[in-house]
Amino acid sequence: MKISLILNNKKITEDIEPDMLLIDFVRSHDCFSVKRGCETSNCGLCTVFLDDKPVLSCSVLALRANGRKVTTLEGIGSEAEEFAAFIADQGAEQCGFCNPGFVMNTIALLSENPHPDDEEIKSYLAGNLCRCSGYEGQLRGIKEYLKWREKKS
Amino acid sequence: MITFSEYKAAETLEEAWQLNQKKNNVVIGGMLWMKMSKKRYNTVIDLSGLGLDKIEETDTQFRIGSMVTLRSLENHEGLEKYTCGAMKESLKHIVGVQFRNSATLGGSIYGRYGFSDVLTIFMAMDSYVELYKGGVVPLAEYAASKYDRDIIVSVIVKKTPGVFAYESVRNSSTDFPALTCCVSRMDGKVKAAIGARPMRAVNVLDNENLFANMTSENAEKFAQYVQSKVSVSGNVRAGKEYREHLVKVLVKRCCLEIMEKEEQK
Repeated sequence: MKISLILNNKKITEDIEPDMLLIDFVRSHDCFSVKRGCETSNCGLCTVFLDDKPVLSCSVLALRANGRKVTTLEGIGSEAEEFAAFIADQGAEQCGFCNPGFVMNTIALLSENPHPDDEEIKSYLAGNLCRCSGYEGQLRGIKEYLKWREKKS
Repeated sequence: MITFSEYKAAETLEEAWQLNQKKNNVVIGGMLWMKMSKKRYNTVIDLSGLGLDKIEETDTQFRIGSMVTLRSLENHEGLEKYTCGAMKESLKHIVGVQFRNSATLGGSIYGRYGFSDVLTIFMAMDSYVELYKGGVVPLAEYAASKYDRDIIVSVIVKKTPGVFAYESVRNSSTDFPALTCCVSRMDGKVKAAIGARPMRAVNVLDNENLFANMTSENAEKFAQYVQSKVSVSGNVRAGKEYREHLVKVLVKRCCLEIMEKEEQK
């Protein structure tokens, strides 16, 4: 079936299988930041934005993105880079496999709520699992990033 | 994961209904749970283009389209106010924001999943399911019915004046619940919806008016009454005895919350 969408600001039209998932579609377009994790809609590794809302690409049909905008980490380079540096400074990324999904969802959080408190951060990121860190480092990284943003503005 | 040969974005409800009468076709909601199955379908029917993703609020009711996401329910100010925060409490533990941005109300209600927080809170409200062919039926009746091939158009919640409290227990954050409980007091009538028994949620009405006079002693009596009326069993998340105990604890907690909320009103 034919699909036409905007992936990271680039229009793509192609024929795909009806049961292709969005994760397979974006990875076939070199968006390798989108990781295949649990594949049970639980871990958050495959987070992408569908019309600016974070979704689990392992659980969305690619055809449902027809006519819509899909953004992966590759499409938000500079913002992601800035933020990821704060995570790295806290030693929070360790194996790093969860990091792209984690960064994507944090950016989604901050666009919905630019000044979240600790509970709001934890609650919004509850669907991003990390098996290395225990989450404290990530929380510190986000708080440092928020402080830096405040100073900058 | 499920596989299928054809995908059809329905252009009308009639078209969706006609397609859904074939045994090898299926309607998809958010597809988060359904995708876990290994079934092979001929055609999946997508309702995304039918405008069923809206919440209409009037003075007397909410009419919630079947494709409204759990995240939209969670962020809806009218539902937040009407349920005294219980709606958000019931949804916030379901996996994560990304999941709730895709999972739909229609999928949750049609599935009548035993583990469903969504079914539990809607059971505690004055809720009805609007079916394309079957008309409007009370949710409690729908929840107890067998699966059929009709299509949920919307869920209607009457704004019967009331107070609601929601509690659930999970072995770990974002996991399926070991038990869910929502107690409502609408027009002075009290009922408790108990889900994740682990079977489908059921309502227990306070027919003996045990909690008509709201005291902590009466909360305990009503909790014991609900415990005696609800059948639970064990599974990998909790044993039968533990669930029985949880029923009493959660009902009592909800009743105490309701007392607090009534005082604040």
